[in-house]
Amino acid sequence: MKYGLLLRALLFSVPLVMIGCGQDEVGSNSSSSTETTDSASNADGIIVNVSDSNAQFIPVLSYRTGPYAPNGMPVANGFTEYLKVINARDGGINGVKISFEECETGYATARSIECYERLKGKGPTGASVFNPMSTGATFAITEKAPVDKIPLITMGYGRSESRNGGVFPWNFPIYGTYWTAADVLITHLGNINGGLDNLKGKKIALVYHDSPFGKEPIPLLEKRASMHNFELLKLPVTHPGVEQKSAWINIRKEQPDYVLLWGWGVMNSTAIKEATGVRYPRDQIYGIWWAGAEPDVRPAAADAIGYQAVSMISSGQAQVHKDILSYLYDAGLGSGEREGVGEVLYNVGLLNAALVVESIRTAQSKYGEKPLTGEQVRWGIENLNISEQDIQDLGLSGYMYPVNLSCSDHEGKRAARLHRWNGESWEYSTDWISADDAVLQPMVKSASDTYAKEAGLDASACDS
Amino acid sequence: MGFFVEVLLSGLMAGVLYSLVALGFVLIFKASGVFNFAQGAMVLFAALTFVRLLDILKDSFAPITLSLIITIAMMVMLAMAIERLVLRPLVNQPGISLFMATLGIAYFLDGFGQTLWGSDIYTLDIGIPKGSIFILESVFDGGILVAKEDLVATVIAGLLVVTLAIFFQKTRIGRALRAVADDHQAAQSIGIPLNYIWVIVWTVAGLVALVAGVIWGSKLGVQFSLSLIALKALPVLILGGFESVLGAIVGGLIIGAGEKLSEIYIGPYVGGGIEYWFAYMLALGFLMFRPQGLFGEVHIDRV
Repeated sequence: MKYGLLLRALLFSVPLVMIGCGQDEVGSNSSSSTETTDSASNADGIIVNVSDSNAQFIPVLSYRTGPYAPNGMPVANGFTEYLKVINARDGGINGVKISFEECETGYATARSIECYERLKGKGPTGASVFNPMSTGATFAITEKAPVDKIPLITMGYGRSESRNGGVFPWNFPIYGTYWTAADVLITHLGNINGGLDNLKGKKIALVYHDSPFGKEPIPLLEKRASMHNFELLKLPVTHPGVEQKSAWINIRKEQPDYVLLWGWGVMNSTAIKEATGVRYPRDQIYGIWWAGAEPDVRPAAADAIGYQAVSMISSGQAQVHKDILSYLYDAGLGSGEREGVGEVLYNVGLLNAALVVESIRTAQSKYGEKPLTGEQVRWGIENLNISEQDIQDLGLSGYMYPVNLSCSDHEGKRAARLHRWNGESWEYSTDWISADDAVLQPMVKSASDTYAKEAGLDASACDS
Repeated sequence: MGFFVEVLLSGLMAGVLYSLVALGFVLIFKASGVFNFAQGAMVLFAALTFVRLLDILKDSFAPITLSLIITIAMMVMLAMAIERLVLRPLVNQPGISLFMATLGIAYFLDGFGQTLWGSDIYTLDIGIPKGSIFILESVFDGGILVAKEDLVATVIAGLLVVTLAIFFQKTRIGRALRAVADDHQAAQSIGIPLNYIWVIVWTVAGLVALVAGVIWGSKLGVQFSLSLIALKALPVLILGGFESVLGAIVGGLIIGAGEKLSEIYIGPYVGGGIEYWFAYMLALGFLMFRPQGLFGEVHIDRV
């Protein structure tokens, strides 16, 4: 007991560390570890050694431990199983086998950086492309990518202004940024109210994860609020979001017309439970795509029925899933449960991997069918042109939409659908809704110009 | 006024749950003078064991009872293993050594539990009523809305807190525990079986962890985040004192009410999201006046 003072000092330091991690997007008690394919047996050429000089190396930042593991595991499974099935079914990308290595980040930014540094030089040509799988990590790695000449694909997360390839030549927020998602949601609310002008006088609450991820949509929502004269209530929730009663007491008091839920992990299911507690209708709550998967609604069970979220890709199985089941699971090479194949986050991971593979395939058309460097793959991403026919050939019909990027536009189609939880599964509740680029573009320009000025970058790369 | 009472009530109910988690820490601190950093990991391990057994035994005649019995047996075995493998070799070592050992136990349990039972989210339904009700409608206009789940959790946690308080203050074992906490060697010299006492206290802490895990698990689903709930108990301990059961109770209520009221009434002026650190600020404020905590023991050392 003589160490009481020391103990108190330690106890004060613990939450500070945890809060720090939360700001950066979360910490965990789990240890960092690397799951490597180095020692894995060569299962019929499906799992390829990282040191293979003829293989294209793809680094995988994943989180299978810690508070966000229930969400991180299916993403990692979808990503790695797509890479494996390309090796198994197609013999690689145009005959170039894929090697990959997973590094456990625990969804903590510091550990993501450590993993980035550890993996960036692996394989015969170094890392071809990184998918940081975290907004906090993306913010940090964005500074490093131009130096190391490794592109980042940040599908549905990261800096919203990074779609401007003139300022962010190495960032590719394909399929949507948080500003796009927020704009799609506001457009939808306008649609169901008979027009955006009818949002005048309404109250919209944003319940958000108090981190870079959660704060990202605020500028767009504030702009929309001033355009359409609705009131925006901002209610932050501290990581990891297990205690958010105050936010929902506020909602009970303020009675907003709609709640936008910008959460991740346990925060989402807790929010739905709290909404039940204060009798807030679930069909007036709309989530970001990171709050629209099975782990977000299953713990809330029937309380979640009617809840909707914006979606890049929903649940279900296409031809490629059947290939994964037959080539991998039937051969005992699956990473998770068979039932998990085709769930929302599994499909998000799979779609990420498909974009990576198609970027490498595009780059091969210019640089040859061999392992490529990050710089060469960057060209491949920027020149991606995936058509409906390509999607059908990939076995992803209905689960992927055409992508056509350019130097100045690293995002592509700015549209999404909403899907609704019916108690058993997710089902689409709207058709495609486009974000209004007349609203987004000036914001992107202003934010990226500011970034370029602060970083001393030349923002005119795409002007010629 | 009704809204203020509703905020206060929700804070107090959250506070009772914090007290429950804090009690697990206090129990072990009182009995072994060690701050058990693994309490959060024990909450997760107990809840994971219970929910997974419930799934395995779902077709048996009494799944909840059977799962509960087996989980309790596992927590007893865990307590025995900790005593035998960690505590016994560290008898009479400085408290900070024991504290560091509990850090190791925390990491081990986090990993072992997830390896054994998985890292997914497991829904736990033990029949706690869902939905919410209005109370005090005749007193306040519109009444006070309370979630039934919170109400039941508060009653269960409250009962356990009172039971433990009585156990510590009034029973023979409770007195033995306090003697051990004061001085290992002196307690042994008067015939108190140190190892036996430690097994008992770690078992009781394990049971408290199980109750906390089941209550929180039925709200959030059983998942890794349960181990982070222990963090909510830290300001309670700082405020209430490590050695005091009463401190854990009163501290929990003050922290619970304080953080909710601050978030609602001060939060809007500073951008919100303050309840987490406000709890520590509150604890720090109290420490300015009572460094040993609200109900902690004053130590006077001869120099």
